[in-house]
Amino acid sequence: MSVHSTSPQFKENAARALSDTQLQRALGNVKQGFIDKRRKAVENLPEFEALRDSARDIKNHTLRHLDLYLEAYEAKVKASGGQVHFARDAEEARAIVLSLCREANARTVTKGKSMIAEEIGINEHLEANGVTPIETDLGEYIIQLRHELPSHIIAPAVHLNASQVEQDFRRVHKDLDPNRDLSQPVQLLTEARTVLRERFLAADVGITGANFLVAETGTSVIVTNEGNGDLTQILPKTHIVLASIEKVVPTLEDVSQILRVLARSATGQEMSVYTTFSTGPRRSSDADGPENYHVVLIDNGRSAMLGTSFEEMLRCIRCGACMNHCPIYHAVGGHAYGWVYPGPMGAVLTPSLIGVDQAGHLPNASTFCGRCESVCPVRIPLPKLMRHWRDREFEHHLSPATFRSGLAFWGFFAKRPALYRLVTRAAMASLGWAGRSKGRFNWLPLAKGWTKSRDFPAPQGETFQARWKRERGNNA
Amino acid sequence: MTQDSTSKSRQEPRDLRIGLFVTCLVDLMRPSIGFAAVKLLEDAGCRVEAPSQTCCGQPAFNSGDRATTRAIAEQVIEAFRGYDYVVAPSGSCAGMIKAHYPELFDDDPNWRPKAEELAARTYELTSFLVDVLGVTKVGAAFEGEVTYHDSCSGLRELGVKSQPRTLLSSVQGLTLVEMTDSDVCCGFGGTFAVKYGDISAAIVEAKEKNIEATGAPTLLAGDLGCLMNMAGKLTRDGKPVAVRHVAEVLAGMTDEPPIGAAKPQAAT
Repeated sequence: MSVHSTSPQFKENAARALSDTQLQRALGNVKQGFIDKRRKAVENLPEFEALRDSARDIKNHTLRHLDLYLEAYEAKVKASGGQVHFARDAEEARAIVLSLCREANARTVTKGKSMIAEEIGINEHLEANGVTPIETDLGEYIIQLRHELPSHIIAPAVHLNASQVEQDFRRVHKDLDPNRDLSQPVQLLTEARTVLRERFLAADVGITGANFLVAETGTSVIVTNEGNGDLTQILPKTHIVLASIEKVVPTLEDVSQILRVLARSATGQEMSVYTTFSTGPRRSSDADGPENYHVVLIDNGRSAMLGTSFEEMLRCIRCGACMNHCPIYHAVGGHAYGWVYPGPMGAVLTPSLIGVDQAGHLPNASTFCGRCESVCPVRIPLPKLMRHWRDREFEHHLSPATFRSGLAFWGFFAKRPALYRLVTRAAMASLGWAGRSKGRFNWLPLAKGWTKSRDFPAPQGETFQARWKRERGNNA
Repeated sequence: MTQDSTSKSRQEPRDLRIGLFVTCLVDLMRPSIGFAAVKLLEDAGCRVEAPSQTCCGQPAFNSGDRATTRAIAEQVIEAFRGYDYVVAPSGSCAGMIKAHYPELFDDDPNWRPKAEELAARTYELTSFLVDVLGVTKVGAAFEGEVTYHDSCSGLRELGVKSQPRTLLSSVQGLTLVEMTDSDVCCGFGGTFAVKYGDISAAIVEAKEKNIEATGAPTLLAGDLGCLMNMAGKLTRDGKPVAVRHVAEVLAGMTDEPPIGAAKPQAAT
C-alpha cells in the first residue's frame, strides 16, 4: 500500500459527496451516457453473451497457469530485446522505476493512463526524487493539476465540469492569455494539447500501463482514445511498461477476443480509437520507437488472491461497467471510496490490497442489486465476493458491535419459530397500535438511518401466522 | 372478482400442495399480502398451507453470519419438506432459497442435496403462476393507472420481469405506465437502508422522481422491503401515491389501506 487511503472514512466521504451539488450534477452524466452507449453496443452484437463466457474462460485459464504464462512472457520480452523486472510490492516497483529513470538521466517523464501507477503512487515518488512526471491522458492531466486521485477507472475526471477545468488551466498554465475564451470543451482540449505536445517532445522516459501482456509474443497492449499513449511510448528514448501480473493472457487471439467485450462494456465503442501493440525496443527496420524497453511486473497483493475465493477478481479487465451501473457509485462518486479503485470492483479489490480493516465499509456499502454482475464482461460475481468480505469481517469481529448484537438478538428468535411467533405477535400488536392513526412512524429507535429521510410504514397489527391460525386452524 | 383465474394449465393445479413461504416482512408488517397470495394460488386451484416459519435467513447471510444463516436455512428446508412447490410473494426471499441456499451448503454433502432439492421447487409468486401454472389471466379489477418497480433480486436472480406484467395486463380497468429505470435499485438493500441511510435516501429519491414522473397514482412491486422503502419516502414527502404489493391488486384485495397509509376508521 502506498497511496493514502481514506476508505475508513467512507461514511464521511459519502456525506460530503451527497451534499456537493457540483459533483451531483457531474455524476448525472455517468448515469446517462455510459449506460445507454453500452446497451446499444451490446444489442448490436448478438454473440456478446458468448464472448463474455469466452473472456471469462480465457482469464480463468490464464490465472490457473499464471506462473507458466509469466515465464513465457518474460522469455519473449527478453528475446525481443526488452527487459522484465519483477516487483513484489509498491515499494519495490517505485524503486525500480526510479532507478530506470536515473539510468536514462531523466528530468521529465510522460505518462499514459495507468491504474497500477496510481496504485503504487509513482508520481509522488518520482517528484520527491527530482523527476517530473506529466500525465498525458486529458483526464489524468486534469486531476494531476488538482492533486487528486481518479474518481473513475476509465474517466478519471468524470467528477468535474468544464468550468472547474478552465479554472485549473488558468491557475497552472502561466502563459495562458487571460482573455482567451475557454468556455467550450473543445477549447480546453486545444489548450491541453498545446501544452502537452511540448512535454511529449521533451520527455526522457515514457511510462504506460498495459491492458494486456501477451505471453505468446512478449507484447504489451494499451487501448486509448486520445493517442497520448502512443506518443508517450514512442517518442522518449526509454519506454517503461507498468503492469500487474494478472494482465498476462496466452495469445494474440485471446487479446482479440477480450477486446471485443472491453470497449463495448466500457464506453459502448466497438473498439477504442487506438489499440497499440508494442514488442521490445525499436528494431533497425522500425521507423520509430524507444531505444530501451522495460516491463515492471508488479504483484502488490495479487498472488495472495490466487487460490482464494477472490481469485475471480483477478479476471477484471478494468472496463468500469460495474461502477457505471452502480446506484451507490451514482450517488457518491468515486472519491468517497477513499482509495484508487471505486465502485463494485473497488469494493472487492481494495480490501484485498490494503486490508479489510481499512476498507471494510466498501463491501458493505452495497444493496446487492446485482446490476454490476449483470454487466461485467468477464462475469465476476461481484456481490458474492463483497459478501465474502462481509463473512470475513463477521468472523474477525470487525463489524460494529451494536450491529453484531442486534443481529444476534434477531438470530436468537429467528432460530426458534415457536418463541418467534409469540414474541412477534405481541410486538406487532403494540407497534400496529402505536402506528394506527397515521399508518407510519416518522421516528423509530435504532433506525435513525432510515427515519431521517423516510417514514417507516406501520404494521397492520396481527401477524400473518396468527391470523392464519385463527382463520384456518392448524393445517400445517 | 370472479373465480375464473386459470386459462391454460401446464400443471394440473388440483394435484399441487403448495407451501407458502410468507416471508418475515409480510408475516410481521403486512399479512394481507400473504392472504392475497393464498387467494391467487387457491383461485388457480392449488392447496395452500403455511407451515411454521420465521425468515429465509437473508439478513444474516448478507451480514456475513454464515452459522446463523445455515441454522435458519436448515429449519426452512425441514419445514418445507414434502410440498410440491414452495411459493413466496417476494423475489428476494425466493432468490435467497433458490440461488443461495445450495451455495450455503457447498461443503456439506448431507445438506447440499436437500438445499438443491428445495431450490428446484421454490418460486416467486408471479413467476410460479405464469411459468409453472401457465396462468395468464386473473379475475380482478382495478381502476386506474399503476406503475411497476422491478425489485432487484427477483429481476436479476430469478428473471422476474414479464410475469407480473402479463398478469397485470389482465386486470380489468388497469393501465400500466412504465417508469424510467424501473429496473434500477430503489436503495433498500436490507440493513443497508439503515447502515448507510444517507446513500439509501439519495437512491430512493431518484426512484421517487421516476415514480412521480409517470403520473400514476399507484405504485406496485413484488417485494415488501422495496415497497416499504419507497412508500416511506413518498409519505414523508407528502406525495399522493398509493403503494401496494402486486399480489394485492392481482387478487382484487385492495380494501386494506396502502402501505404507510392510515386506516380510515382509526383516524378519528
